[in-house]
Amino acid sequence: MLEIKNLHAEVDGKSILQGIDLNINKGEVHAIMGPNGSGKSTLANVLAGRDDYEVTEGGIFFDGKDISELEPEERAGEGIFLAFQYPVEIPGVTNTTFLKEALNAQRRYRGEEELDGMEFVKMIRGKTKELGIKDDMLKRAVNVGFSGGEKKRNDILQMAVLNPKLAVLDETDSGLDIDALKVVAEGVNKLRAENNAILVITHYQRLLNYIVPDQVHVLANGKIRRSGGKELALELEEKGYADYSGEAA
Amino acid sequence: MAATQETVEQVQSLEMDKYKYGFVTEIESEKAPKGLSEDTVRFISAKKNEPEWLLEWRLKAYRLWLTMPEPKWGKLEIPEIDYQDSYYYSSPKSMEDRPQSLDEVDPELLRTYEKLGIPIKEQEVLAGVAVDYVFDSVSVATTFREQLKEVGVIFCPISEAIQDYPELVKKYLGSVVPAGDNKHACLNSAVFTDGSFVYIPKGVRCPMELSTYFRINELNTGQFERTLIVADEGSYVSYLEGCTAPQRDENQLHAAVVELVTMDDAEIKYSTVQNWYPGDEDGKGGIYNFVTKRGICKGKNSKISWTQVETGSAITWKYPSCILQGDNSVGEFYSVAITNGRQQADTGTKMIHLGKNTTSRIISKGISAGKSQNTYRGLVRVAAKAEGARNFTQCDSLLVGETCGAHTVPYIESKNRSARLEHEATTSKISEDQLFYCRQRGISEEDAVGLVVNGFCREVLQELPMEFAVEAQQLVKISLEGSVG
Ligand SMILES: Nc1ncnc2c1ncn2[C@@H]1O[C@H](COP(=O)(O)OP(=O)(O)O)[C@@H](O)[C@H]1O
Ligand SMILES: [Mg+2]
Repeated sequence: MLEIKNLHAEVDGKSILQGIDLNINKGEVHAIMGPNGSGKSTLANVLAGRDDYEVTEGGIFFDGKDISELEPEERAGEGIFLAFQYPVEIPGVTNTTFLKEALNAQRRYRGEEELDGMEFVKMIRGKTKELGIKDDMLKRAVNVGFSGGEKKRNDILQMAVLNPKLAVLDETDSGLDIDALKVVAEGVNKLRAENNAILVITHYQRLLNYIVPDQVHVLANGKIRRSGGKELALELEEKGYADYSGEAA
Repeated sequence: MAATQETVEQVQSLEMDKYKYGFVTEIESEKAPKGLSEDTVRFISAKKNEPEWLLEWRLKAYRLWLTMPEPKWGKLEIPEIDYQDSYYYSSPKSMEDRPQSLDEVDPELLRTYEKLGIPIKEQEVLAGVAVDYVFDSVSVATTFREQLKEVGVIFCPISEAIQDYPELVKKYLGSVVPAGDNKHACLNSAVFTDGSFVYIPKGVRCPMELSTYFRINELNTGQFERTLIVADEGSYVSYLEGCTAPQRDENQLHAAVVELVTMDDAEIKYSTVQNWYPGDEDGKGGIYNFVTKRGICKGKNSKISWTQVETGSAITWKYPSCILQGDNSVGEFYSVAITNGRQQADTGTKMIHLGKNTTSRIISKGISAGKSQNTYRGLVRVAAKAEGARNFTQCDSLLVGETCGAHTVPYIESKNRSARLEHEATTSKISEDQLFYCRQRGISEEDAVGLVVNGFCREVLQELPMEFAVEAQQLVKISLEGSVG
């Protein structure tokens, strides 16, 4: 589903990703781990097509299609979802309005019929119930006055509504206590399905106890240094990233 | 080459979409001779078949106008206006004999309003909204008049009210905004042509929204409408005005006066959606919107609430105000002002507390984009006798891009020590993070700006009558098109 080939990217003229190769198939969960500053968020932003993140070599293929020139909203329409490390506040815009606007924009992009108010409300009520989120969350402005945990849960709700093919979770665990972490992980696991793939980006192994990955990759200095099964995460937890810090390109 | 051509065309089509009301109606019109003089004033008064007292009132205003300086309140760069290079009266020929019913209205006018999205057919307009259609200097139709009459509500063009209800008009015309108030209001008093008149009798809650739609069509023609709304004891009315004009390279002057009067326990809710042609990207053309709007809460426990969404006009100079004379009266001002391109807006309110325990509330949201300048200017004055007066003011500015300006200029004058006045102000920017967040969820950049700005304005937009709220949200979005990326 996702094929990243020899990806080089720079931010503000600074070269950060230095040749990443990664394949993720339908139904798989991959984890990327790495020390701070290794380029994890950069990779997430490059996948999502953020301005100022420039691909200088290599490519990103999604369902066989080269998406490296698409706008962020087009990639979203293709089915890529990014759960942010720091979810953004949008004062005055309710979660319902935001989600309806987003979902219908994606549906338009894919040439699907838009949902009307009634259909949308019905659908979203189903999702909140499934995730155990209170409906009054929907009436609140996007992330405004939300606690850290609420923001992350809100991201999971958005993910459930938009039902992406590929979800990239960037440090979704940061700042969460263990209970909140469990709730978020549970939400993510509910979305695991044959046709979806998930890329979990994290500094700590902790989250991977709850979202168990099929593969783990170690990113350091802009390159994937090692890949392995879920036991690799445990090894990293024990030994830290010291082994990889010397491998600067 | 081809690519450049394509870009040019894209930009052009964007421009066209941006102001979709920019078309001109080809229609034969009857005009006053160009320029401004006592003869112009007499011409207008004669056209309207006015009584002698009104002609005298106009002439007095005209003579006063000659002596008045341009207003100093406001910080705007206004090119010198050549008052002689304009027409002060223009009426479609077909309106010579006023049509007796909607069926007799010129088909060309009917088509115009259909194109503007507000058809002149009672069965087709929004249910429960009566509309007065003003085209250049005349009212061409007013819907639902009969139904309103049944409950005693008078809703008609002011030119007709002068004929049919001279006592009421004489009593209140100029009672809130005297001719000499400021130069623009003075000009209006001399040459006003049409506008709406509303009277709500004692104890009546007006059964539908009232609305006036102003359209400037003729080239080089000013529009000087005059609106007068009187709400008698214990009555209520909600009134909305909307306005558009063709896209032209010349500037056109719009100097309106609106006067509101509320008696004991009465309430007027006055909403404006102003979308005059703003001029092009480089500041060519557009309407000069110099408007004096003021209401007086004459009676105790009465209330006047102004809500405005100002998106159009090259220059806006406008301060809908409340004189809180009755004890316990309430004044409110909710404003969204959006400037883009080279637009300038200097808008706000004046809350004058005279009675005891009077309350005022000001919520202003200014959004500046492009190379525009946007100023909130507001006065809160508490008279010595206004025991227990209270005001809350909140002014928020949002900047889109780096080349625009936002300014907040509050004036506070309090002569009573028991007054409680609160003022809050913020300035913020649409952040890259917000836009990326929206786009990552599938929303285009332009729609994301619209969404964020609508959120920023929410407190004000939710004050609009429901029938117009959706339209206003659309308008907010459209006025910011092309402001990012
Ligand atoms: N906008 C930017 N401009 C310049 N350098 C940046 C920018 N964003 C990130 N970097 C740099 O890129 C490197 C990788 O950062 P990031 O991808 O955020 O790492 P991680 O998420 O793994 O902690 C760091 O050295 C960081 O300082
Ligand atoms: Mg990071």
